[in-house]
Amino acid sequence: MAGAKEIRTQIKSIGSTRKITKAMEMVAASKMRRAQERMQMARPYARRMRNVVAHASSASAEYKHPYLSDREQINTVGYIVVSSDRGLCGGLNSNLFRKLVVSMSDWNDKGVKMNVCVIGKKASAFFKRYGANVVSEATDLGDAPQLERLVGAIKIMMDDYIEGKIDRLFVVYNNFVNTMTQKPTIEQLIPIIPSEEAETQHHWDYIYEREAQEIIDTLMTRYIESLVYQAVADNNACEQAARMVAMKSATDNAGKLIDELQLVYNKARQAAITQELSEIVGGAAAV
Amino acid sequence: MATIQVDIVSAEQEIWSGEGTMVFAPGEVGELGIAPGHTPLITRLNPGDVRVVKEDGEEEFIFVSGGILEVQPHHVTVLSDTAVRGHDLDETAALEAKKKAEEALEDAASEMDYAQAQAELASTIAQIRSIEKLRKLRK
Repeated sequence: MAGAKEIRTQIKSIGSTRKITKAMEMVAASKMRRAQERMQMARPYARRMRNVVAHASSASAEYKHPYLSDREQINTVGYIVVSSDRGLCGGLNSNLFRKLVVSMSDWNDKGVKMNVCVIGKKASAFFKRYGANVVSEATDLGDAPQLERLVGAIKIMMDDYIEGKIDRLFVVYNNFVNTMTQKPTIEQLIPIIPSEEAETQHHWDYIYEREAQEIIDTLMTRYIESLVYQAVADNNACEQAARMVAMKSATDNAGKLIDELQLVYNKARQAAITQELSEIVGGAAAV
Repeated sequence: MATIQVDIVSAEQEIWSGEGTMVFAPGEVGELGIAPGHTPLITRLNPGDVRVVKEDGEEEFIFVSGGILEVQPHHVTVLSDTAVRGHDLDETAALEAKKKAEEALEDAASEMDYAQAQAELASTIAQIRSIEKLRKLRK
């Protein structure tokens, strides 16, 4: 019986694959918890920032920031695409890119050009194949993304907006709903969509120490950065959750495969023994 | 005694939150002292310590590497930067990000060649296979 040995080797190799996927699942689970915490911790800043921006924009300051006014003529749009650095996380990145491609071809039909800023290696690899005007890139952020690593890439997009090279800026990322659900999301960053609550408040203004313009500029920059950071933190939590689920199903599949192979192996072994016995009996009868 | 709610947050985490009777912050124009009931004010901060005097007279020192200070009559918010920032530093970071994108595009060219070579190789292998099959048939 020739099959028995090969089946045994195959079982062993699937067994070690299962060990790896099991380990990856557990690592992803613990990383997910931390990523979720990080995501939660980033929320207060964005929320406070939003309040301050709402106040500053509703306050009757003599200076209106370019991020607040919508442009009628749209020639070019910008995308900040947030993806993971590593693979093996199910359909996380491909779902996101699919949604993005639909949105991009919409703009393309209207004759609008696109500039892209990529965050994460997967997006970088995707646009290499897809072909787009990639103006900036930030990769290798690690499990604890730091804002400083993103600042440069975001700044290029914001400068482009001020200079009129792009007329709208979107951020594309996976929104963390829960461990099982990650929602691919495209959000408009600039022009900032005003929140309703800001409109109803009575008018008052801050005392600005230094020029109002300078402070509002800084405020807007930080606000956009915080939104992008939030997107990166969300995406990171999504990545770990998706990887955990993907690895769990891989582990389960490996287990099923081993069970099946074990059955085949036992049958093959039984057949070999039966054959050997009948050969011996037959041989003895001939003598 | 009147107190003022103080929140110190950065983009990455909530740093400190609590009540204080007085807040001192390193404003860009000069050191600021904020008591409860202060008029709305907004200013940028220099890197330095934010000092909060708590109700029991104890003081809390929190280092911030710059940021924005927003004052409401009963609320002080420090939106701290995560690192020391400056226009030049931001500019360098932006250039780096741009360079990276350009490098990636150059790489894309080489990868494209690789993909093309791979496709050619695959078709050549297929040709060889069909030739071999033909030979076998002739035999």
